[in-house]
Amino acid sequence: MLRYTINRVLLMIPTLIGVAVLVFFLLRVVPGDIVEVKLRGDGGNVSQETIEMERKRFGLDRPLIVQFADWMIGMAKLDLGRSMWTERPVIEEISLRLELSLQVAIMATLIAVLIAIPLGTLAALFRDTWIDYLMRIITIGGLSIPSFWFGMLIMLSLLAFFNWLPPITFTPIYVDPVANLKQLIWPAIAVGYRYCAVVARMIRSSLLEVLNEDYIRTARAKGVFERLVISRHALRNALLPAITVIGLEFTFLIGGLVVTEQVFNLNGIGQLFVQSVSRNDFMLIQGMVMLIAAFYVFVNLIIDLLYAWFDPRIRYN
Amino acid sequence: MLTKLARVILATAAFAFAAGAAQAQTPKKGGTLNFAISAETPHYDCHGSDTYATLHFSSPFYSTLLRYNLNKFPEVEADLAKSWTVSPDQLTYTFMLHDGVKFHDGTPLTSTDVKATFDRLRNPPQGVISNRKATFADIESIETPNPTTIVFKLKAVNSSMLDHFASPWNCIYAAKDLAADPNAPKTKINGTGPFTFVEHIKGSHVAGKRNENYFKQGLPYLDGYRGIFMLQAAAMLNALQGGQVLAEFRGVSPAERDRMVAAMGDKLRVEESSWTLNLVVVFNVEKKPFDDPRVRKALLMAIDRWGGSQGLSKISTLRSVGGVVRPGSPLATPEAELVKLPGFSKDIAKSRAEAKKLLAEAGVSNLKFTLWNRNLAMPYTPAGVFLVDQWRQIGVEVEHKQSDTAPYVSALQSGNFEVAIDFNNLFNDDASLAMTKYLSHKGNPLNMSRSNDAEIDKLYEQQVRERDPGKRRELIMALEKRLFEQGYQQPLLWWHRIVLSHKTVMGWKMSPSHNLGADLADVWLNQ
Repeated sequence: MLRYTINRVLLMIPTLIGVAVLVFFLLRVVPGDIVEVKLRGDGGNVSQETIEMERKRFGLDRPLIVQFADWMIGMAKLDLGRSMWTERPVIEEISLRLELSLQVAIMATLIAVLIAIPLGTLAALFRDTWIDYLMRIITIGGLSIPSFWFGMLIMLSLLAFFNWLPPITFTPIYVDPVANLKQLIWPAIAVGYRYCAVVARMIRSSLLEVLNEDYIRTARAKGVFERLVISRHALRNALLPAITVIGLEFTFLIGGLVVTEQVFNLNGIGQLFVQSVSRNDFMLIQGMVMLIAAFYVFVNLIIDLLYAWFDPRIRYN
Repeated sequence: MLTKLARVILATAAFAFAAGAAQAQTPKKGGTLNFAISAETPHYDCHGSDTYATLHFSSPFYSTLLRYNLNKFPEVEADLAKSWTVSPDQLTYTFMLHDGVKFHDGTPLTSTDVKATFDRLRNPPQGVISNRKATFADIESIETPNPTTIVFKLKAVNSSMLDHFASPWNCIYAAKDLAADPNAPKTKINGTGPFTFVEHIKGSHVAGKRNENYFKQGLPYLDGYRGIFMLQAAAMLNALQGGQVLAEFRGVSPAERDRMVAAMGDKLRVEESSWTLNLVVVFNVEKKPFDDPRVRKALLMAIDRWGGSQGLSKISTLRSVGGVVRPGSPLATPEAELVKLPGFSKDIAKSRAEAKKLLAEAGVSNLKFTLWNRNLAMPYTPAGVFLVDQWRQIGVEVEHKQSDTAPYVSALQSGNFEVAIDFNNLFNDDASLAMTKYLSHKGNPLNMSRSNDAEIDKLYEQQVRERDPGKRRELIMALEKRLFEQGYQQPLLWWHRIVLSHKTVMGWKMSPSHNLGADLADVWLNQ
């Protein structure tokens, strides 16, 4: 197990290098550069000489391979460079938003998992009864309604019925937990609903399959209590595919909530991503892609390790 | 049941009444104003910026030498200067500064600080960007005979000089800060404005608190403010309705105004004005067949601006028909003269028939091209759709290509386009500023058409140097005539500014520019 884990961690390095090469060179194919957007995007009367001076200052006049090497050396030292738009360190720009995005992702995951597991289990156990039908309606709703639209409904409902809206500036949870939760619970619910629907359906179908397995029949034949059959034998095995979905969804939530962040005016990674792409802020885009790629690789590793814990038959030798 | 239009009219009328009443009310001190800023500035330096995002962020912290009197726009009034004189030959401008002005760090302001600021604006040191370098190119020297007097000597008469001095972009910085680091204003705030800097949380908000040492007695009224960055209009409108923000000072679209009027009724104040912004139709004269003036002129003549403005003004921020100077402003071409110029005729059928004839003469009756446009819904998309339709009516087939800002700016700057929708972002009605865009491309990055026309340059130079306002106006009209006859580029329509605020927000003054009146010194809350 330890060897497997070390191998997987080492494999992360070439994966991330591959991502770095792709993102760096693909970004350079996009026409236009940030200096023009920054100095002339709003109709600025700036000379070509000034534009060239700024390009030089950002190092954009150097050969691509030199720029790439510089960036890679920086990354090896955990220095992602400076945003070309704000000229502040990329790590500072990202960390400001990561706290919020991470909290929304964690809260949405908690909401999704806490609702999806009982919902999916009950639907499987009471297949084709009104409970199952109710669960299907709820989950199909979750899959059909885009999170941002559900978010808009939440906002408009709060406004229409209570003439109240959540705070629009972020307060860290350790500063004021009430203000923090007042702001973030709503996007977490908006996103968690869709997330919950995906996981609940996965658990239902997986559990239905497991319940027909021989070892479940054997456990029942041995006289094991039904509750134990479900919780210890069936659910544990049925959770395996759900774990993969939960992990992937969680990682997606870190940077993929662009529209939801816009609806709730959240200062998150998704909005920062879109802004930096529209400005061609190469350094910031590269930093964020690397961050999200690292999250994906890391979460995948955790999922694989959890597989072994949930299913003792799986061994990594 | 009231129609939307009726509601808007009622709200505007109510505003007019309330505005009159507000005049009579005594301002109250205290309170914190939360308002929305629909973009976030990349840095704090007014000198190196052209976006309102910088001004809505930085203006409350800084003062300028002169400023616009928004009650009598475009009249200029004193800010840091308590008075000024202009020599009879218009070559010497002398400003007397207020006594006892202090920067937020406690340093007294003297004429040396003003000189250091204008030296930076007109002759930025290595590594510093000043977007106003060309604006102040006529300044020959700056003298500081004593700590409260500053004298600007010009090389030649410049009829726009007072407007240049009143520019909101000329934030006055401390000489010692600039000496320590010429780029200090990009990241550090130390001004003499009505508010002192509290915090800037990136992506979230900027906060300021009252400057207790502000040199204007009794101001500001507010204890403080928070400018909250709200990039999405829907989120901003919800926040406005919910009272989380009390105003947004740039402007909204007519549809957004109607929604808010319906939702908030008499709690909302709606202020409207024409806007010192216009969209410009640009032909790349280096691309065939747009190197032929007949083709350019024909395409301009096919546009029904008068009809279009009626339709577009209902769905977008576009409204007024005008030439290069804002319609209705002192130097604008009157409508009676404007309709005689290509592209402005009210007889659109006749105009289009002539346009078809010109295209046939140029041998491009079946013209096809791509129109480059910015990927911004308001007002670029409706403007693009409108143009495509207008040109279709003379048999021209147009592909409407909208792209993000970076590739759009790149295409226009590199000349990699045929026809495009550009914009002219102004902050006042000064003709020189408005016409800079149309000067020859050689040495003028603002001219996207890549045209070089010595006659336009000559007329521009003559109007800048002209002291007689009547003669200056004639020169401006001559330039406009030449420009539109050649058809390199032409304003499509001028924008219309609509600002929404809660009625509890008092003292803020509407103007034709979203770059003005952002210092919040006179704003107070009627709570």
